[in-house]
Amino acid sequence: MRDFNYHRPAKVADAVKLIKKAKNGKLLSGGMTLIPTMKQGLTDLTDIVDLAGLKNAGIVVGSGTVTVKAGTTHNDVADSRELKGTLPALAAVAGAIGDPHVRNRGTIGGSIANNDPAADYPAALLGLGATVITNARKIPADKFFTGMFSTALKRDEIVTAVEFPVLRRAGYAKFPNPASRYAMVGVFVSQDTAGKVRVAVTGAGPCVFRQRQMETALEKTFSPDALTEIAVSPSGLNSDMHGSPEYRAHLVNVMARRAVSAAR
Amino acid sequence: MPSVSLNVNGQAVSAEVEGRTLLVDFLRDHLGLTGTHVGCDTSQCGACVVHLDGKAVKSCTVFAVGCDGVEVTTIEGLARNGRLHPMQEAFQENHGLQCGFCTPGMIMAGVDLVRRRGKSLDESTIRAELDGNLCRCTGYHNIVKSIQAGAAKM
Amino acid sequence: MSDTGIGARVRRKEDRRFITGRANYTDDINLKNQTYGYFVRSPHAHATIDSINISQALKAPGVIAVLTGEDLAADKLGGLICGWMIHSKDGSPMKVGPHPALAQGKVRYVGDHVAIVVAKTKAQAKAAGELVRVSYGELPAVVDPADAQKSGGPPVHDLAPNNTVFEWALGDKAATDGAFARASHVTKMNIVNNRLVPNAIEPRAAIGSYDAASDHFTLYTTSQNPHVARLVISAFVGIAPENKLRVVAPDVGGGFGSKIFIYAEEVLCLWASKRIGGRPVKWTAERTESFQADAHGRDHVTEAELAMDQSGKIIGLRVKTIANMGAYLSTFASCVPTYLYATLLSGQYNIPAIYAEVDAVYTNTAPVDAYRGAGRPEATYVVERLVETAAREMKIDPAEFRRRNFITSFPHQTPVIMTYDAGDYHASLEKALGLADYKGFPARKAAAAAKGKMRGIGFSTYIEACGIAPSAAIGSLGAGVGLWESAEVRVNPVGTVEILTGSHSHGQGHETTFAQLASDRLGIPIDNVSVIHGDTDKVQFGMGTYGSRSGAVGMTAIAKALDKIEAKAKKVAAAVMEAAEGDVEFKDGSFTVKGTDKKMAFGEVALAAYVAHKFPSNEIEPGLKEGSFHDPSNFTFPAGCHICEVEIDRETGMTEIVNWVAVDDFGTIINPMIVEGQVHGGIAQGVGQALTEACVYDRESGQLLTGSYMDYCMPRAHDFPEFKLGFTETKCPSNPLGMKGCGEAGAIAAPAAVMNAVTDALGVRDLPMPASPHRVWRTIKGMRLAAE
Repeated sequence: MRDFNYHRPAKVADAVKLIKKAKNGKLLSGGMTLIPTMKQGLTDLTDIVDLAGLKNAGIVVGSGTVTVKAGTTHNDVADSRELKGTLPALAAVAGAIGDPHVRNRGTIGGSIANNDPAADYPAALLGLGATVITNARKIPADKFFTGMFSTALKRDEIVTAVEFPVLRRAGYAKFPNPASRYAMVGVFVSQDTAGKVRVAVTGAGPCVFRQRQMETALEKTFSPDALTEIAVSPSGLNSDMHGSPEYRAHLVNVMARRAVSAAR
Repeated sequence: MPSVSLNVNGQAVSAEVEGRTLLVDFLRDHLGLTGTHVGCDTSQCGACVVHLDGKAVKSCTVFAVGCDGVEVTTIEGLARNGRLHPMQEAFQENHGLQCGFCTPGMIMAGVDLVRRRGKSLDESTIRAELDGNLCRCTGYHNIVKSIQAGAAKM
Repeated sequence: MSDTGIGARVRRKEDRRFITGRANYTDDINLKNQTYGYFVRSPHAHATIDSINISQALKAPGVIAVLTGEDLAADKLGGLICGWMIHSKDGSPMKVGPHPALAQGKVRYVGDHVAIVVAKTKAQAKAAGELVRVSYGELPAVVDPADAQKSGGPPVHDLAPNNTVFEWALGDKAATDGAFARASHVTKMNIVNNRLVPNAIEPRAAIGSYDAASDHFTLYTTSQNPHVARLVISAFVGIAPENKLRVVAPDVGGGFGSKIFIYAEEVLCLWASKRIGGRPVKWTAERTESFQADAHGRDHVTEAELAMDQSGKIIGLRVKTIANMGAYLSTFASCVPTYLYATLLSGQYNIPAIYAEVDAVYTNTAPVDAYRGAGRPEATYVVERLVETAAREMKIDPAEFRRRNFITSFPHQTPVIMTYDAGDYHASLEKALGLADYKGFPARKAAAAAKGKMRGIGFSTYIEACGIAPSAAIGSLGAGVGLWESAEVRVNPVGTVEILTGSHSHGQGHETTFAQLASDRLGIPIDNVSVIHGDTDKVQFGMGTYGSRSGAVGMTAIAKALDKIEAKAKKVAAAVMEAAEGDVEFKDGSFTVKGTDKKMAFGEVALAAYVAHKFPSNEIEPGLKEGSFHDPSNFTFPAGCHICEVEIDRETGMTEIVNWVAVDDFGTIINPMIVEGQVHGGIAQGVGQALTEACVYDRESGQLLTGSYMDYCMPRAHDFPEFKLGFTETKCPSNPLGMKGCGEAGAIAAPAAVMNAVTDALGVRDLPMPASPHRVWRTIKGMRLAAE
């Protein structure tokens, strides 16, 4: 790993200035993906702007919303008592990420800004229709995740929080890659009080995506059986030694049904 | 070179480190605390687990320079006043180690598990929560028993 | 039995340093003025080295030296060796490709060693390594053993046409063909034994240090057998004569075979240290390097057939195996698919005729050598998959099929060299059936089906040859060394004892079990016994730890030395107590004189031996120290029965092991707690092979696709149930302690038990390992397996 200039600003505005000024800079939150990537020599960064100094962590339960500050660790989300009462599916997603040590360190802001195609959080954001709040604006989840490892974030834009709507019910089911424990397929399902359904799939494709056919079916009948006959196309899905596109397509259906069963 | 001041096993430590210095290398190479091990380069094996402000983290995936003001506990700091921590005793009592290389990480993970899940741990909880720690010797059987017994005595 | 003697569950003496973080692994050692080595490795599976430009690297900050194969050749150092000569059927010796520590002219696998960069810091060495410019001429690569002999491409080694190392055979072909001609049922299977990466959690490491003043080298290394490392590095590589080379293997974080072998990095750190004027050179593998350049395990492709008569009695076994040796022959590579494999093909069964052919092949992959079990897991897998499948085909209960074919009288001469000396295979099977509640299985299967799970049960009644090995026997089969073990027992004047052993503990708990033996025999507290190993300056010689040999061979050497201590101590006691030597008795730590009340404690006799005032020195030498070299008269034959029960999630293809029973016969057990731990670990590695682990190279490019834990699936805690263990005991007649060995049993037994259970659950004949969720799902779907 090449050495770099290390910065630890205390204010978001300073972080923005530092990252703007850096020749090839990167924001560091929990570092659970960035640091392994740097260790593999896959980056050539001149500057690291560590956001830990912002001390921007915590969960705020409002009326009809839950706001998770960007620096909140996965375990703080997974173990949050309030969240277990209001939005247990979000706690379940956080609790399914990596392993306990990664969850003690990794943050929601870092995870979504990185947008790993096999990360868990993107499914929750897209599946709940969350809003990403940055230093500059609010971005709906539908517009946030733009492709493999890419998001709508500008270079000098910093995620400060994610606002989740509290819906009628939601559930998450994940089939982990046996080796890495990232999602081979993870499906997040939600339904609001008006009956609108969202089905978000992570791990299966190059970027988290919504499965509209399942959404339509579940809006008619919110039950696992409503999905049984829906064949997911393997076209465009990921392929590696742990699973073919066909297997992933099949798992999308299985995990979707399990997510529906788990929804509450 | 940036400097960092932190507390390691109850002792104040200040040092100048390169930004890229990983906490595990800082502990091993700068402080001589070689009980924390490195078993992989992809943040999976858990041999490097230490506690930062009481929480288990993989010290191979933390920059030392980012640990300013933090309290670090390593395996060397777990025993107090010459008395083994109950989790350490439980590993010996239940033959929870063979080659010993993953052991510091396992013990630190076990202590963290009790912090998060309490002293009464069933087998399946322990197995699920050991996802971030690899052992090649024990088949995990006696590690699970050790953590269960150690937790009960904490 | 005392609470620390033989058979007691003594807590390990060595644990305290490990649980407090005070152990001393190679990477924990830092020498004064130390430098760091970084290895430039081949990115290609097969290529000529057209040129190497080191000028940029030499100019990089902190760089002290950049050394290549040319430098190595200039210093006229020898290559790495393979210590076991195998002859082909036609009598020709195996084709041994040269194996220089740094590639010369050609690289043969991804990770092959091209240059060593030495710099002041690890980061500097690595950064400079990236500046070494190597011009390669890429060649077609072959990685699959089944492809190697017919690839048509340039051979891995020019001296081995068709990449064939040897074409070897064992057994009586005519008799076997005859058995098949009259068989009433034949079960034929194509069996792949998947390639594995050993993955001790401690990566390999080495520190080479040359002291110019004394012209003496020291090597700290992660080794299971430091003396053999010294022997090879001295006698074959030619770094220095043995008296000028000390090899220390301190605490070693697991080996599983992978740390038996002598590796390029060890040689190169030593050599580079001298080249740079004596500053120590340290190297610690990154996990990626472990995946690339540790010796791998298994990787067999086999066609096997079992012939039965009408009653379900096995009458013949025919096996044809192609074994992947990788790009070079590693230290013990050639004996693994031959004398550690085909000699075990009789299993626990009375098989009158066996014929096995083994072709060993070079491929553009990392060298393949012994990995926990080494040959015996592969043999057990072939035999136990065949037996289970034959039973199913003949509609005989698999337990009953085994009963009909078990060997029941001993000694038993198999058609493949081995003479089984003792065992009771019915006893272990019946005990295992009871522990597994075999009778209740149909009800459990039905209950599982009701919740959508497919439940299956599988057996593995395995046998292994351990206690490696009788020197004369293996010498006649081509071994370059004898496989005895040495021990020295030093009694200090106060009666405390140091045991020096040529065995090496890297998790096995020798510091406890060896002390139990001495404490038991000498009647002294276990804390008064220290065990010393792993340093060629302290222990005179030894053959190391592998092949489940440290109990049966290593401890027998200690027991023999203890016999000598007792004999000498009796002489001393007789002199001091003024009695006839024949009247002195030794029991519970005391020497007494028959018919008198004269008595001396062991410590008193020890002191008397050193004070030496009271005995005629022309008859008795002062001191109390004895040594022994024990060469076993036979292999030992641990055996047992493992039963695995699985449940498969029909929708995801995920296999869960829901029940595991292991009943093993290891002969005498010194410490059941430690033995159980060995069994647990072995099972886990076997389950890993069956369900999760596969080392995969790209068939076209030869690139290693499983180069980290992101892709190589190591089994985790949640992959296992609680294991149920039981033991039966028949004493091993070939050593005085009656021990057989326990280190490899689980890894040998487990894969077949798992796959027999998985195929039972799925109702299919076969499925390749690992039975990953993806593969099981495809099987369930009835989809044809894509070529992989």
